[in-house]
Amino acid sequence: MSVLRPLDRLPGLNTATILLVGTEDALLQQLADSMLKADCTSELKVHLARSLPLPCSVNRPRIDLIVFVVNLHSKHSLQSVEESLCHLDAAFFLGKVAFLATGAGRDSHCSIHRNTVVKLAHTYRSPLLFCDLEIEDFRAAMAQRLVRLLQICAGHVPGVSALNLLSLLRGSENPSPEDL
Amino acid sequence: MDSYDAPELTPRQDASSRLKDFFIGATPLQKRLESVRKQTSFIPTPPRRKIPQGSQLQEDVDPQKFAVLLHKQWTLYSLTPLYKFSYTDFKEYSKLLTAFIAAEKKKGLAVEVGDDFNIKVVFSTLMGVKGTERDPEAFLVQILSKSQLPSEHKEGKVLWTGWFCCVFGDSLLETVSEDFTCLPLFLANGAETNTAIIGTWFQKTFDCYFRPLAISSFNLSWMAAMWTACKMDHYMATTEFLWSVPCSPHSLDISYAIHPEDAKALWDNVHKTPGEVTQEEVDLFMDCLYSHFHRHFKIHLSATRLVRVSTSVASAHTDGKIKILCPKYLIGVLAYLTELAVFQIE
Repeated sequence: MSVLRPLDRLPGLNTATILLVGTEDALLQQLADSMLKADCTSELKVHLARSLPLPCSVNRPRIDLIVFVVNLHSKHSLQSVEESLCHLDAAFFLGKVAFLATGAGRDSHCSIHRNTVVKLAHTYRSPLLFCDLEIEDFRAAMAQRLVRLLQICAGHVPGVSALNLLSLLRGSENPSPEDL
Repeated sequence: MDSYDAPELTPRQDASSRLKDFFIGATPLQKRLESVRKQTSFIPTPPRRKIPQGSQLQEDVDPQKFAVLLHKQWTLYSLTPLYKFSYTDFKEYSKLLTAFIAAEKKKGLAVEVGDDFNIKVVFSTLMGVKGTERDPEAFLVQILSKSQLPSEHKEGKVLWTGWFCCVFGDSLLETVSEDFTCLPLFLANGAETNTAIIGTWFQKTFDCYFRPLAISSFNLSWMAAMWTACKMDHYMATTEFLWSVPCSPHSLDISYAIHPEDAKALWDNVHKTPGEVTQEEVDLFMDCLYSHFHRHFKIHLSATRLVRVSTSVASAHTDGKIKILCPKYLIGVLAYLTELAVFQIE
């Protein structure tokens, strides 16, 4: 099956799985390592992919959160993410997708305008996070944040669901799309 | 497109009908004020830009004067407004600056203003290098070497040139008070040491601040599109792009040269809105180049960093170096650079 669906598999016991999608292999690997080092009561599984669709032959657990990593220095990463978004079931966008933009710190290297990624996140109604993944401290902080997000999306935090979190995040950061 | 709903303010100008309107669109400061009033969050948008119209020079200015500005490599700096700068005190400034430079070079010995030095600093106004009537006049600073022999009366060799200008800097002009002169763009050609000394003197005398202006890949691709869009009768140079691929041990440079007429033909196919350049057109133009390259070499140029753009109008490097080749579009090039400088100051 070429389309990834959020609820097509049974959840594992106390397991939370995150899928990081992006063309920057080195950065994804480093982020994955930081996430695995973070303190977490659930068992974490981190999957990396350059783009969707994922190969069907692999036996993988249910994916709880997908993070698309866009490097603002490379238009290619944005194009690859945009193409991957087509292979996702619409139900995923109810809080189980997030966008992460890296490289905003070095403005002279940027070839994508910040507004382009903001619009992309708005179109898909998903939260947008900014982080310079090349700097270790920022990466560690972002890894912690992603682990918390993942726990909520996997349902391990009582009282908060992925959809809840989505409306909370949207209310505090951005105006509703109707105002724009 | 929702982002273009922000009200656009036409620059207030009493310009004569000979000066064509160069409409840049709502500036970042205006949009910020607007969004504060509307209580919505501010999302910066890349504006639509007008293609530079040729012959923006006023008819009573001699285009030969601009010969000193063309065909030289300039290093760009952004400059905050100058406090209590006067166009009538040029002789005074020349004397002070000459003494300052001599003092810096001698370091520690006492120097008197008015002594005979072997260099001379000349301040002169550059008439016509501005966009609207409100823009302050541009001025030029040159360090000339004075020959020691009294028999030679002609001017010495130019050691260093720098000039300050402001082209369509309306957004900055509106925010500063009367005592300040806004000339946000500074271009320098010559030895780095001289640039540093001149910079220090200006900073001390006029309480301003210089910052090197780097041009991002995003802005370079805009420049490439805008300059390719300019109508030229005769192309002096090929259109060339340079990309830098970060890899160890040394970064790889990819250079892509296109015949300027082919580039113009491609642009004409991409271009839809007459008189304006939009973000989509720039992206499409660059994507065409990238996909063509990919088809032949299987390399994704979009994953690399655009470092240098060179056309018949001008050539720019990401480190903040620019060379202007065509006098017809000088004002257009400077307008975009002023916008970048103003953005950096704000």
